[in-house]
Amino acid sequence: MTNTAAEKNRYVMAGEAIAAGAVAHGSVQGSKKTVKKQRQGARSNRMLSGICFLLIIGFWCAASYGKWVDEMFLPSPTAVLEKLLSMAKDGSLWANCQESTVRVLVGWFWSAVIALPVGMLMANSKKFCAFVQPIIEFARYLPVVALVPLTLLYLGIGESQKYTIIFLGTFFQLVLMVCDTVSGVDRNMINAARTLGAGRLQIYKEVIFPAALPGLMDDFRLTIGWAWTYLVVAEMVAASNGLGYMILRSQRYLATDTIFAGLILIGLIGLVTDWIFRILTRIVAPWQDRLGDAK
Amino acid sequence: MSRKTKLQVKNLSRIYEGNNGPVVALQDVNLEVEESEFVMIVGPSGCGKTTLINIIGGLDEATSGEVLLDGTPVSAPGADRGMVFQGYSLFPWLNVQKNVEFGLKMKGIPAAERAEQAQKYIELVGLKGFETALPKQLSGGMKQRVAIARTLANEPQVLLMDEPFGALDAQTRVVMQELLADISRRTGTTILFITHDIDEAVLLGERVYVMSRRPGTVRDVITVDIPGERSHNSLVLPEFLETKKQIMDMLWQESQDAALGR
Repeated sequence: MTNTAAEKNRYVMAGEAIAAGAVAHGSVQGSKKTVKKQRQGARSNRMLSGICFLLIIGFWCAASYGKWVDEMFLPSPTAVLEKLLSMAKDGSLWANCQESTVRVLVGWFWSAVIALPVGMLMANSKKFCAFVQPIIEFARYLPVVALVPLTLLYLGIGESQKYTIIFLGTFFQLVLMVCDTVSGVDRNMINAARTLGAGRLQIYKEVIFPAALPGLMDDFRLTIGWAWTYLVVAEMVAASNGLGYMILRSQRYLATDTIFAGLILIGLIGLVTDWIFRILTRIVAPWQDRLGDAK
Repeated sequence: MSRKTKLQVKNLSRIYEGNNGPVVALQDVNLEVEESEFVMIVGPSGCGKTTLINIIGGLDEATSGEVLLDGTPVSAPGADRGMVFQGYSLFPWLNVQKNVEFGLKMKGIPAAERAEQAQKYIELVGLKGFETALPKQLSGGMKQRVAIARTLANEPQVLLMDEPFGALDAQTRVVMQELLADISRRTGTTILFITHDIDEAVLLGERVYVMSRRPGTVRDVITVDIPGERSHNSLVLPEFLETKKQIMDMLWQESQDAALGR
């Protein structure tokens, strides 16, 4: 009896293992097909993105070469391209891009570094949340543009004023986003860790942080986009270089080709940043399955 | 054979503050689990079974009464009372091996020793060859095997299981029940297992606590006397059916009482 039962058990277990193997095998076969399909899907999606850009550029060409709109308001694509090339040649393109990118990165970096622990604490401590939430909600609704005069008074027109504007623009939003993302971590996973003997700090480090990481990467990706908006705000009031300054100065000289060149550059840098963050997310959280990731 | 008492629940009550005044979830629950014993708690849904096991595991607080492990009161969660949940609660970013090692890592055990210990339990639950798989690549039954290995690797004094096989299909459930019976025999782990499935309670338990409807309390204790090792064959033995009928009658009486508002 003992032997047969044990054997049966082994047999049934082997059965499940074989079934699991079959499933794995099936999914390998299936996955070849899916990979092919996904690749085709990715190619056609990329084509769609390309078509969208081409349509806009085509419309622009028609409007400018067809003389629908005055050259002074809408420069031709060739004029903008020439402008970009000449800026690349004299070095001002790189200098302005670099200047602006560094400002965005520094301001956003400080906002992320401080928002991360504050948001995590808020999500896990009702007392701390009650303490800081009202002021954060209050500050979140203050338009950053309205704070520019104060920052100029306090900090002058140096770099720290630009960092501060970007910080103020992103920090209060980011704290609440981090808090929300961390609050969404599965309670059962935290409970499992507690019954496995994890202490408070270990739970933060080994469970909450890794579990929240994909969501946090999304929060970072979104806020760095906003940082670019606030950068232009900062550069338009008190700067002597950077893309925002370049755009504002061009308005004075009716240099619409330079304005367009600046806008295109900001857009391109935004695209690249977004793309880098998506790749980074896939690197730090390859375990995550999401609807949008099949792209 | 008289064994030493491992886990003891004494006059335990739990009262929630509900919207319409206090709700008594558990009232004066008393139970005992002996060393290496496999004890089941069966009861209708909403009888506070999960509240009870969460209090024993330290995840919830009792309003009055106490939980004793080896005679010492416990309240906070700890590695001495391992828990297995219905929803697996695996860490999706860790592979099977790392999931099983989690508790050992928390204890600060060196990596080599950790790997060795984890391997032992991965083999015990029949997952050899799946060490590097991520949870999302596993079926429900396999996920629960990982969760069981993860808890056992910690070598807890008591294994608390909250409807661990409730989400599995019928065939996988029987396989898992036999696996657990086998683990209990081989490791001598003390197990307290909660279920609403009478078959499962009688198949696995040496003793079965039958709980009443809310307010949840222990209605009766039944010693299951089925000859031989427990396996799916036990499900048709006359002793099995007799015990099952006994419990069914009790639970039926419970629902009658509830329906008539007694």
